[in-house]
Amino acid sequence: MLSEKSLEAIAFERSKYPPEESRSALLAALRIAQEEQGYLRDEVITYVANLLDLPPIQAFEVATFYTMYDLKPVGRHKFCVCGSVSCFLNGSDRMIRHLSERLGIGLGETTEDGLFTLQEVECLGACKDAPMLQLGDRYYENLTPESLDALIAELRGGSTDVR
Amino acid sequence: MYVNGVTLKNRGVPDSHKLSVYAGTGGYDALRKVLQEPMAPEQIIAEMKKSALRGRGGAGFPTGLKWSFMPKGVSGTKYLLCNADEGEPGTCKDRDIMRYEPHRLIEGMIIGAYAMGATAGYIFIRGEFIEPINIVEGALAEAYAAGYLGKNILGTNFSFDLYVYRGAGAYICGEETALMEALEGKKGQPRFKPPFPASYGLYGRPTTINNVETFASVPDIITKGGEWFLNLGKPNNGGTKIFSVTGQVQKPGNYEVPMGLPFRELLEMAGGLRPGRQLKAVIPGGTSTAMIAGEVMMDVTMDYDSISKAGSALGAGSVIVMDDSVCMVRTVERIARFYMHESCGQCTPCREGMGWLWRVMHRLENGQGREEDLQLLLDVGSRIEGRTICALADGGVAPVVSSIKLFREEYEYHIEHKRCMISMGEH
Repeated sequence: MLSEKSLEAIAFERSKYPPEESRSALLAALRIAQEEQGYLRDEVITYVANLLDLPPIQAFEVATFYTMYDLKPVGRHKFCVCGSVSCFLNGSDRMIRHLSERLGIGLGETTEDGLFTLQEVECLGACKDAPMLQLGDRYYENLTPESLDALIAELRGGSTDVR
Repeated sequence: MYVNGVTLKNRGVPDSHKLSVYAGTGGYDALRKVLQEPMAPEQIIAEMKKSALRGRGGAGFPTGLKWSFMPKGVSGTKYLLCNADEGEPGTCKDRDIMRYEPHRLIEGMIIGAYAMGATAGYIFIRGEFIEPINIVEGALAEAYAAGYLGKNILGTNFSFDLYVYRGAGAYICGEETALMEALEGKKGQPRFKPPFPASYGLYGRPTTINNVETFASVPDIITKGGEWFLNLGKPNNGGTKIFSVTGQVQKPGNYEVPMGLPFRELLEMAGGLRPGRQLKAVIPGGTSTAMIAGEVMMDVTMDYDSISKAGSALGAGSVIVMDDSVCMVRTVERIARFYMHESCGQCTPCREGMGWLWRVMHRLENGQGREEDLQLLLDVGSRIEGRTICALADGGVAPVVSSIKLFREEYEYHIEHKRCMISMGEH
């Protein structure tokens, strides 16, 4: 179900912990599976549990507890806009409204072409650079409507620099 | 004044995250001193106690004392953990230490491991911090290659393995026992204490856990002495501390300054308020700490004891500044949403209470407040406090209760007029 590369990455995670503590690699294994598959289908979660010799329920508990796991398909680019207090005080609501208008979707929705998902999230720990959002493996900080427009244009242009 | 001189010393130096740059500025000298002089573990702990360094993650527990709790002479693995699950609104300092000074953190952990006899460690970094994760992993590889980590460190019989553990999105994992649960591959739900981690921690083994900034303070304490560090600050409040100043200031940022600096001067360093604005209120230590009125805050100094005397807590040094353009009800509603979202669901008063507080705040903000709502918020708050396993719920109550005490007339205006007293407009 997973590629050789993902299985190797999971085996590496497994090696960080005592042999009898395979469960410690569970969060990482689910993340690696999601990175390959886009989101976590039930069958993938069960597969990961089996891989680590764990009862599937333990993997489902974790997959449903932590916010970074996607249990439903999301767009290729997922905007996670921080709405916690320091960002709120610096206009995060305005940024969300701007993105929502530009993309034509509401919070939690994905564009029809499958390119964008818009989410509001809680504090991402970059409060001095408010307002900010996370996109893939990067933070975009000190957002303005103009910087958001530029970012969307870059992504629509098929940029491979961001994911 | 000693500014940005300890844990953020090399911020601004190109490639400050690299071993070559860190080593060029005295990096790993403290580890050499400890292992080659050598310093006995008891001596290190005594030096830490002398420094009056207190835990920088928010609880402010004396670090030297915490280190002395680790049992001696037990067989089997002892663990050392770093809490890098930075996530309390307003807190953004550990991210910068990891981005600019990862080796300082790693060196502090190796010294700690030696002092406490730990042979394995994990740096628990929140999953969203992908850039810091990559930087810390790079630094770990460099430290292994240089012989600072792994077997027989610097040719001694001391061995220590250190790894990064990535979180997956949950504020509660910043609570130390929830972090251990997550590290064991479970939901991050706090454990009842006692037993404390020093006797029953990760995998049930003796474990010590400290914050990123705490560990990053260690190398300089060892090379320059506990006395030196203590004297940077004030008695019982040793050293310098990073204050993350955010919100409505002109130059938000991380400022590492001596403990005991007047708030007034910190505010100035952060560029002051925006033109024409008055200071309304300050949350001094992250959203879990009580709000302090602006005029009171102007006379407070930035240290554990003074802020505690002013009725709040220094927390992680996360200073959220609000000016007179802010609607307090709208702002606290937003803060309450955070605690509802982040409650792990284990304890009923928190699981039900955080949502209840938010729902009442939400209807107040939306012009549906009722006469009895303020009393309801205070009553619900008082029935939550002290009745849960961890401190999350108390932290969720603090902003609600403290803002009602300070800005009651704004709440009453909301109930009477069904709108904000201070319009934040198209905010």
